[in-house]
Amino acid sequence: MNPTEAPTAMSRDEISKHVQEVLEEALGVDADEVTMEATLTGDLGAESIDFLDIVFRLEKCFSTPEKPFKIAQGELFSENLLNDPQFVQDGRITPKGLEELKVRMPHLDFATIESDPQVSRLPELFTVRSIVDFIQRKLAA
Amino acid sequence: MRWMWIDTVLEFEPERRLVAIKNCSLAEEHLHDHFAADSFGDADPVMPSSLLIEGSAQTAGILVGSVGKFREKVVLAKIVSASIEDEVRPGQSVRYSAALDRIDPAGAAASVSIERWDHRRPEWVNIGAIEFVFSFLDQNRGGHEFPEENFVFGENFRTILQGNGLDRVAEPDPIA
Repeated sequence: MNPTEAPTAMSRDEISKHVQEVLEEALGVDADEVTMEATLTGDLGAESIDFLDIVFRLEKCFSTPEKPFKIAQGELFSENLLNDPQFVQDGRITPKGLEELKVRMPHLDFATIESDPQVSRLPELFTVRSIVDFIQRKLAA
Repeated sequence: MRWMWIDTVLEFEPERRLVAIKNCSLAEEHLHDHFAADSFGDADPVMPSSLLIEGSAQTAGILVGSVGKFREKVVLAKIVSASIEDEVRPGQSVRYSAALDRIDPAGAAASVSIERWDHRRPEWVNIGAIEFVFSFLDQNRGGHEFPEENFVFGENFRTILQGNGLDRVAEPDPIA
């Protein structure tokens, strides 16, 4: 499934198609389930370990011999950040935590949880669209 | 030896590939139940597919563990895909060839091909393929505490590593 075109020349539609294929394979879901607004955990049934599989598959999918595509730990998903007590207290993301998340994860739209920033709501932000945004941003960098 | 589903390591290329073998013996007790004679027919001993997956996971797990000199607690996190097309019976051997696909600080992906050897038709025949994702427990605690000692690559595994040159890869456990 490696894209044949150079990553920088890839259109958003092509990126979306590859992301959808990755999610179908990693999560064993049908193509029609992988809509842009579908959440990874809520709608597509992803568990925490699936995130590592998804990262590996995205790297493989968007790498070319000329330009390897590497995703650093915590770059796409926020696993380690939330263990820091500066950023999370009593199950809520602190203002400092929100600011840090916005800087580190510009592919997520925090507007929907900003008024009630419970950590348990964070998975709502990881949609198919957010993965496509992440890939598009990273390929263009 | 408890819960070891490979007998020895045949080949090892650091950070790339590891090949292990398992000889299937009628002395293995579970074969008497899988499948026992019943009103429908005679006994039909067949190695359970779940144990072929376990042997594959152990082979790939040793390869993944060797990268970090067996200091990481490597645990099987996900069977991404598994295809087993034929059976393994007593007197036959299984060869697991594991390849490391990807590794990073949180975990690794590896794939294993499964082949069978039959002494009556002596050639390796491919019978399956499995893809795994492994997690490194200390990097993914999720708030849980685990013992400091490496209970994954314990004494049983170290016996397998000895005699294959792999014990030289392992660093001494500072806790021991």
